[in-house]
Amino acid sequence: MKILQYLVNGISIGSVYAIIALGYTMVYGIAKMLNFAHGDIIMVGAYISFSVTNYLGLPAILSVIISMAVCTALGVVIEGLAYRPLRGTPSLAVLITAIGVSYFLQNAAQLIWSSSPKNFTSIVNLAPLTLFGGQLVITGEVLTTVLVSILVMVGLMLFTGKTRTGKAMRAVSEDRDAAQLMGIPVNRTISITFAIGSALAAVAGVLLCSTVPTLQPTTGAMPGIRAFTAAVFGGIGSIPGAMLGGILLGLIETFSKAYISPQFSDAIVFSVLIIILLVKPAGLLGKQIQEKV
Amino acid sequence: MTAMKKFWNNKTLRSNTITYAVVILGFVIMQTLSSMGMLGSAVKGYLVPICVYIVLAVSLNLLVGVCGELSLGHAGFMGIGAFTGIVIAAVTAQLIPEGTVRLIVAMAAGGILAGAVGFLVGIPVLRLRGDYLAIVTLAFGEIMKNLINNMYVGIDEAGFHMVISTEQMKLLPGGTMIISGPLGATSIQKLATFPMGFALILVTLFVVLNLIHSKEGRAIKAVRDNRIAAESVGIPVTAFRLKAFVVSAFLAGMAGALFGLNFSSLTASKFNFNTSINILVFVVLGGMGNILGSVISATVLYVLPEAMRSLQDYRMILYAVVLIVVMLCTWSPKIKNAIRAMPVLLRERFRGRRKEAGSHE
Repeated sequence: MKILQYLVNGISIGSVYAIIALGYTMVYGIAKMLNFAHGDIIMVGAYISFSVTNYLGLPAILSVIISMAVCTALGVVIEGLAYRPLRGTPSLAVLITAIGVSYFLQNAAQLIWSSSPKNFTSIVNLAPLTLFGGQLVITGEVLTTVLVSILVMVGLMLFTGKTRTGKAMRAVSEDRDAAQLMGIPVNRTISITFAIGSALAAVAGVLLCSTVPTLQPTTGAMPGIRAFTAAVFGGIGSIPGAMLGGILLGLIETFSKAYISPQFSDAIVFSVLIIILLVKPAGLLGKQIQEKV
Repeated sequence: MTAMKKFWNNKTLRSNTITYAVVILGFVIMQTLSSMGMLGSAVKGYLVPICVYIVLAVSLNLLVGVCGELSLGHAGFMGIGAFTGIVIAAVTAQLIPEGTVRLIVAMAAGGILAGAVGFLVGIPVLRLRGDYLAIVTLAFGEIMKNLINNMYVGIDEAGFHMVISTEQMKLLPGGTMIISGPLGATSIQKLATFPMGFALILVTLFVVLNLIHSKEGRAIKAVRDNRIAAESVGIPVTAFRLKAFVVSAFLAGMAGALFGLNFSSLTASKFNFNTSINILVFVVLGGMGNILGSVISATVLYVLPEAMRSLQDYRMILYAVVLIVVMLCTWSPKIKNAIRAMPVLLRERFRGRRKEAGSHE
């Protein structure tokens, strides 16, 4: 039964990674930039939700909506001020700017909320599901996280596949110049992508802190890097890939902690990543693009 | 006279000389100030880390700027060098009583091990390109940090012990722990000195500048500018990328050893993703492929947050703002044009006023 419990835990943390990775993969696929500030938007989202419930005393669901709204606005503003002026420059320049934004968010959060960790109260109040006579416990947080991640994935796939804006996104992702020539508003499409990515980050932040309840300015950094790895793992730019990568990463992490060694879980996770990339250089579900001469 | 002119017209020679001159001048000034007792202990404490970061920035520039490979795991090589250096310095304490010689041995060992790891990692990893290479180097850095963080190294009469868990560590009485896992290395003998740091910078500049301006350096740049074209004229692309990777790792390892022997205690968490990123920031702000730029930006950007310490909580936020603004001003085509147009605009306005003044007469 223990193995089932690990499986559940792995899927739970993996679903959080998956939601973050979905945001990463959207932004990377369409704006072609590594947005290292994504992890910090998660942290901001969690802080907003924390403040709304603790200081204003509003209900949890409302706090999630407010946090999504604030993060969406934040994402669009960051994109407009810091990333848009650098469009068309080498990706390294945008990367460094993203790192600057990441530092900025972390330190701003430290100024506003101080660096001492906050105890995040879970926003989920579902009763835990007990199976096999108490041998397997699935908490409400786990159920919510898994459900939300699946909903988000399906929603994003429908959105990019069926809607006009979604099609514009795919066009911009395929060839930005050609999309521009076809009359697609590239800047607006990229802004919308950032808005969606940041709203997802807010959701991920709340769910992450509901599962792991300590909240501090650096909370988003490590899950951000891990989710990025998850996105690459599954094939960056691919929506089902991000989901698969996130879940697999969560499972590998939980199982290597349980069965191999708790200290070396980082080394194991990243080694698996390297091996996967060597065997399948575009990730598990990524498209292998042939370079043209 | 003609020799002078010839020298001045040779662009490579000129820029190399300027680079060396700036570094030597900086060293002489700091050393003089230091010997005159005009530097506070805080400033003196920055000297060796500045040297270390200059070497790291220059070596990463070889990889990122010259070779065009984005690496996010440079701190991993630095960490390997640091802990190798610490172990070697501790083990050879009786063998080599002379501190400077021991430091050189430790640095060489750190460099060689980091270079060897760079070689082993480089063979498979350099098959990847661009962002994928970046993520794999990031992963490598995290793996190195994780491994060092769980390593226990000790020495006693029976010899040298290296294990990966506390329970297995059984030292004979009188033995000493050199690295104790997450607690890191403690009671390190501080061997690093500013002149040694300066010497390491000179060695690094010599290696990197000569490599860049050699036949191999031109091949490496050709690979950066157009890999397919370079491949089709018969340049062995992978071999050159690997060479640059190993040289860069070697130099980072030496710098790491110097860094490790500059503090009395050190933990593996120092060599995390943030450190790799900071070195990358030095390189990008200094100008990719520009060696002197790396030297200057490493110095300025290391000193800047330290100098702003009086601002306390606001300093890192200011640093972030400075970083973003500088990136926008140096890279954004719109802002660059606006800045370029500024003198012309001012001149026109000035002239316009003068004309107005003239018409009044």
